[in-house]
Amino acid sequence: MKKLVVLGAGTAGTMVVNKLRPVLSDEWQITIVDQDETHYYQPGFLFIPFGVYDRRDVVKPKKRFIPAGVDLVVSEIDKVDPETATVHLAGGTTLDYDQLVIATGTHPRPDMTPGLDGSQWRKTIHDFYTLDGAVALREAIKDWKGGRMVVSVMELPFKCPVAPLEFNFLADWYFHEQGMRDDVEIIYTTPTSEAFTKPVAAKHLTGVLESKDIAVETDYYPERVDPDRKMLVSYDEREIPYDLLVVIPINMGADFVGRSGLGNELNHVPVDKYTFLSTQYDNIFALGDAADLPTSKAGSVAHFAVEMFTENFPDHIAGRPMTEKFDGHANCFIESGFGKGLLIDFNYDTEPLPGKYPLPGIGPFSLLKETEANHWGKMMFKWTYWNMLLPGRELPLEAHMSLAGKIREEVGA
Amino acid sequence: MATETLAGTTVEVDDEGFFVDPSNWTEDMAPELASHVGVDELTEDHWTVIKFCRTDFAAKGESPTLRRVSTEAGVPTKQLFQLFPKKPAKKMSYVAGVPKPKGCV
Repeated sequence: MKKLVVLGAGTAGTMVVNKLRPVLSDEWQITIVDQDETHYYQPGFLFIPFGVYDRRDVVKPKKRFIPAGVDLVVSEIDKVDPETATVHLAGGTTLDYDQLVIATGTHPRPDMTPGLDGSQWRKTIHDFYTLDGAVALREAIKDWKGGRMVVSVMELPFKCPVAPLEFNFLADWYFHEQGMRDDVEIIYTTPTSEAFTKPVAAKHLTGVLESKDIAVETDYYPERVDPDRKMLVSYDEREIPYDLLVVIPINMGADFVGRSGLGNELNHVPVDKYTFLSTQYDNIFALGDAADLPTSKAGSVAHFAVEMFTENFPDHIAGRPMTEKFDGHANCFIESGFGKGLLIDFNYDTEPLPGKYPLPGIGPFSLLKETEANHWGKMMFKWTYWNMLLPGRELPLEAHMSLAGKIREEVGA
Repeated sequence: MATETLAGTTVEVDDEGFFVDPSNWTEDMAPELASHVGVDELTEDHWTVIKFCRTDFAAKGESPTLRRVSTEAGVPTKQLFQLFPKKPAKKMSYVAGVPKPKGCV
């Protein structure tokens, strides 16, 4: 009997077992481990602070998405011992493996920034990357009388890199709807030199931010928060006062990754960017946000990556070279408020460009442009996620990015 | 492709002045590169950072992040902002002749 152990039953881990079970013979036993019985629809967290979604929209039991023939173990993970190919679970149970997939994601760590998770955490300082955080922020925003809202990215990389922009756009829309936009000042701080890391998208998105009167503080790397003075302080001593602070905390991979000697300085697993094979061990892979890849940490990347991985894995276990190469494909809707959204589609080599997607010239979605169709694409994605994506059903989207339908554009043109 | 002459040698650089081929970089080019980004004198601490950027890029194929330099080379982030003011991640890579840090989207 051969054993595949998948650590983490989130987006990537769940898709992997659904894709691989029909492909692997009965000789392979598949076990998936997660510490949480609940599957969270993380893209939905963004909408909770504005009352669009509530808790019920974003949770379902994990076991519903694990197929027959796969064992789900609910347990914390203590560590992996790669030398003996053993996973140690909390409580002393062990699982040995022939092949291991680490898919335990990346997680907000407010404890990594001084002043964040102290007395004002979830009072005047919030996050929206956890369900509890999003719900607490809903309460804070509902009763807010206005003032200065600062939305601040603590460090890169963090998951869903467009979410802070969407939060700014939705806040602008929400306060308009409440008739209090004039009483709210919105400031967005980012460690990057522009509102987004890629030039063409940055130009378009900066335009959207300006049109919504959202101020941007760039090259801003927060060192600490002074909750008593309500002050955000950067490493170069720039102080930004706030009334309501919404942070994207430092993101780190699971602690067991660090304890097992498998992670980088943020506990993300260094892997080959084309095949996801660990740079240290040829029977360990990392998929989804857990991997240290030079592309977005996002569900769409996990989706395209899992498709590629499923093609390669049978070759790998048969001792053949893996021939499919992941291109870093990412595809993200950017909700922009007032019933509209944008869409970006890119990979390792090609930055997000304007055009139509997925059908060249037709769409129905428009790249880097605010449209109602993009907004509906985003809202329909919740159904697609639960019913198509997680169960591993085929979506009519190419795993490799295509340049068809995209328009090359020079920045400054 | 643009070129630049540093310490008597002409090298290819990209639109923003980053080396196209990091292997063209030599230590005697660093002071001039530093002066381009407002760093007038390279101290021992600057060199610790520059040398780490070189070895880490050679090992990983990516320019290091500030967190990587602080945890692996032991130079705190606060000090990196003093050594390479305003934009330390970009400036240290620039002076060390390694590519502009990708940032992560």
